[in-house]
Amino acid sequence: MIRFRSLILVVIAALITASCGGSGTTPAGDNERTPRLNFYNWSYYIADETIPDFEREFGVRVRYDNFSSNSELLAKLQAGASGYDLAVPSDYMVQIMINLELLQPLRTENIPNLENIQSRFRNLPFDPDNRYSIPYQWGTTGIAINTRFVTEEVDSWGVFWDERYRGRISILDDMRSGLVPALKLLGYSVNTRDEAELREARDLMFEQKPLVRTYSSETYMDLLKSGDIWIAQGWSGDIYQVTRENPDVIFIIPKEGSYVWVDNLVIPKGAPNRTTAEAFINYLLRPQVSAAISNYTGYSSPNRAALPLINPDLLADTSMYPPDDVMDRLEFLEDVGQATLLYNRMWNEVKAR
Amino acid sequence: MSKFNAGRFFLGLHAWGVFAFIYAPILILIVFSFNQERINAVWTGFTLDWYRRLLTDADLLDSVYNSLVVGLTSTAIATILGTMAALAMHRYVFRGKKLFDAILYLPIVIPEIVMAVSLLTFYVFIQLTLGLVSVIIAHITFNIAFVFVIVQARLAGMGSDLENAAADLGATSWQTFRFVTLPVIAPGVISGALLAFTISWDDFMIAFFTAGVGGTTLPMRVYSMIKFGVTPEINAISTITILFTMLLILLAVRLEGIFKTAKTIGT
Amino acid sequence: MKSLQKYITLGPPAIWLGIFFVAPLLIIFVYSFFERGIYGDIVYTFSLDNYLRAIDPLYAKTLWRSTWISVVSTLICLVLGYPLAWYIARQSAKMKKLLLVLLIVPFWTNFLVRTYAWIFILRTEGLLNNTLLSLGLISSPLEILFTQTAVIIGLVYTYLPFMVLPIYVSIEKLDRALFDACRDLGATSWQSFKSIMLPLTKPGIISGCILVFVPCLGAYITPDLLGGAKSLMVGNLIQVQFLAARDWPFGAALSFIVMAIVLLLLFAYARWGTNNFDKAAEAK
Repeated sequence: MIRFRSLILVVIAALITASCGGSGTTPAGDNERTPRLNFYNWSYYIADETIPDFEREFGVRVRYDNFSSNSELLAKLQAGASGYDLAVPSDYMVQIMINLELLQPLRTENIPNLENIQSRFRNLPFDPDNRYSIPYQWGTTGIAINTRFVTEEVDSWGVFWDERYRGRISILDDMRSGLVPALKLLGYSVNTRDEAELREARDLMFEQKPLVRTYSSETYMDLLKSGDIWIAQGWSGDIYQVTRENPDVIFIIPKEGSYVWVDNLVIPKGAPNRTTAEAFINYLLRPQVSAAISNYTGYSSPNRAALPLINPDLLADTSMYPPDDVMDRLEFLEDVGQATLLYNRMWNEVKAR
Repeated sequence: MSKFNAGRFFLGLHAWGVFAFIYAPILILIVFSFNQERINAVWTGFTLDWYRRLLTDADLLDSVYNSLVVGLTSTAIATILGTMAALAMHRYVFRGKKLFDAILYLPIVIPEIVMAVSLLTFYVFIQLTLGLVSVIIAHITFNIAFVFVIVQARLAGMGSDLENAAADLGATSWQTFRFVTLPVIAPGVISGALLAFTISWDDFMIAFFTAGVGGTTLPMRVYSMIKFGVTPEINAISTITILFTMLLILLAVRLEGIFKTAKTIGT
Repeated sequence: MKSLQKYITLGPPAIWLGIFFVAPLLIIFVYSFFERGIYGDIVYTFSLDNYLRAIDPLYAKTLWRSTWISVVSTLICLVLGYPLAWYIARQSAKMKKLLLVLLIVPFWTNFLVRTYAWIFILRTEGLLNNTLLSLGLISSPLEILFTQTAVIIGLVYTYLPFMVLPIYVSIEKLDRALFDACRDLGATSWQSFKSIMLPLTKPGIISGCILVFVPCLGAYITPDLLGGAKSLMVGNLIQVQFLAARDWPFGAALSFIVMAIVLLLLFAYARWGTNNFDKAAEAK
């Protein structure tokens, strides 16, 4: 009985801590004693010291959660009052979120460091006046190759259809990215809304499926490092992180072209700590902070003032900061409106086959 | 050697083979958590680095805290509600009793993913902010079922004679509960609570769908670590979780709840 | 007074489950008849499209594959589990207790961790291949991870205790004397096993099979982590609809189909159980 009673006591104590400490229900207002910030970001997409430094300097407690795809982010934000103050959707997703009225305008007077952003990354098509979003990091999508096993020169998406690499291939697990190799090989836009073109792309991906080891947007990094996978569709920064540990891996942008993406800082509607979020955005745009993130993640910085502080090796890497002629071959992903349903269906069919 | 003994020998061989199959992966994880090599499964030397790294990983420690809060809170509430449900089913006759009985078992038998998506849809529908609280509510819901099943088994073993006798002797129903029923079902309640905590501690699926701000639990963290393949650190965190669970189980064995638990799960 | 107590005891759990369990299921049931909008919003027009889509060959294939993988995993669990249960049941009381604990302990360690262990072992550059290669037993690495085989290994590993425990309980209930009597009558152990033991432990076998089959059918993590997200099972298809494709109505319909299969199985099992029980009672 004594044991039982002490169990009850422990439990009650836990209840009390939970109702005081885990204040998930009570959105902290801007005026609260310890200001809070709820930050929703991609996994491993920030430098180790970024958040602790901010917390120390501004006396803010940051709650940091991660998502792994744009769709997951949308699903959680669409759940209504999400409680997040700051999130990092990619370009086309920003457009979707604006259309769905999920974002609130940024008060740029609170973000003076906005001027650090390179002009080519300002006023991008998905948010013409930077009303809702500010670029965080950008990068390209291409092919990672382990040169220890793949000795030939690879310059085309066609390599994903090469029988010799059966079981050594990984494709990004995402309805927009996953169809890109086929779309580009066929010479179509990554933003096509044409059903016949998408069908063709799907059929090509069907053909390719037996060669695929895994559809993955995360695990492929580890598999590349270890040599389980030799050829992977991947994102530039991810591959940079792989290369640091396994120098055999290189990253190329195929001659057929690919897409370039920008991840952006946005403040969801109903964010409880809007002012703090803006202060945090401003902090992230500081040259040192921005450069530290790029040096850590390997992704490219849209921050002009940060460029001098970025690791010169990275800056010199033409797959990370492609020259203009390569940039011309790259498209931005756009919201495709009604055709989203088609993409969804085609990708579902590829995966389910 | 007679034929019968040969059969017996192979039976034993098989049994220990299966135990090896069960334990080998766990032992391998533990051993390799002390390995220096980061990427490949080759032994290159002993190190405690991965453990040191875990202790300084603030995100990970946060998620451990979240898991503890979710586990303890949901266990506490589910234990109370589950026990009440078992008592009600044991004592009273009411309309829809059969239906209620079925509903109490359903959270155990329907696929986790179905429960996860239905809760997410529901939260969106009622516009509840996803966070730690939404995870706790979800965990309470499935844990009620587990506590119920175990306490009910205990009550069934007790029958109603004792309680009737107490009532005949003039005890009020509170007294009957406090001095007759509760002591008898206490071990069941405790095993129920331990089971509930373990299940909550282990749950990934439902937390993954229902978590929001500040709701990242340890399994969610581990899942994302696995996806990114931070190999030896996962081994280290696995080892710690395994040891922690063993401790809990030892505690459960001490409380003699485990066999009843096993049997209730089994039948 | 009595009825007040009744409502106080019954009320809270009933209300809780009503709100947080029954209502959510009803909502997805209703959603399964609606359609999705462009951005994953719900368009409130009644249609049976989602159910029709689920039996479209493309998706039906996934349902079929899930069923097949679950059946194979269940059978392997049975083959591994039955003799083990038998072995445990024949030990001394103390040994029994120890073996049962040994069996259950891994079941209570984190599921993700156990699945991860298999990734670590099975990958191309993993422990199994490294060991076999260095021993010279194979010349090129085995490709097991991200195949259906890997998924089946993971499922068997996870749900084996669910098979062993009920079979153990049913063997335990048997009278030891029965077995000895058979042998005294000259039956070989195989004969006595086949004609006596097997029928008598049937309830355990069926419980075990259902307890393994049901969670296999709804599996998500195992096919996701060990299957390389390509040998999709229906659990993955549901997850994709909710978190990636944002087609909630279709996901809801799939959920209901899986739930219907599971409940039908359990219902059939319950019916079968009562019938047998009645027969036994009559026989007495």
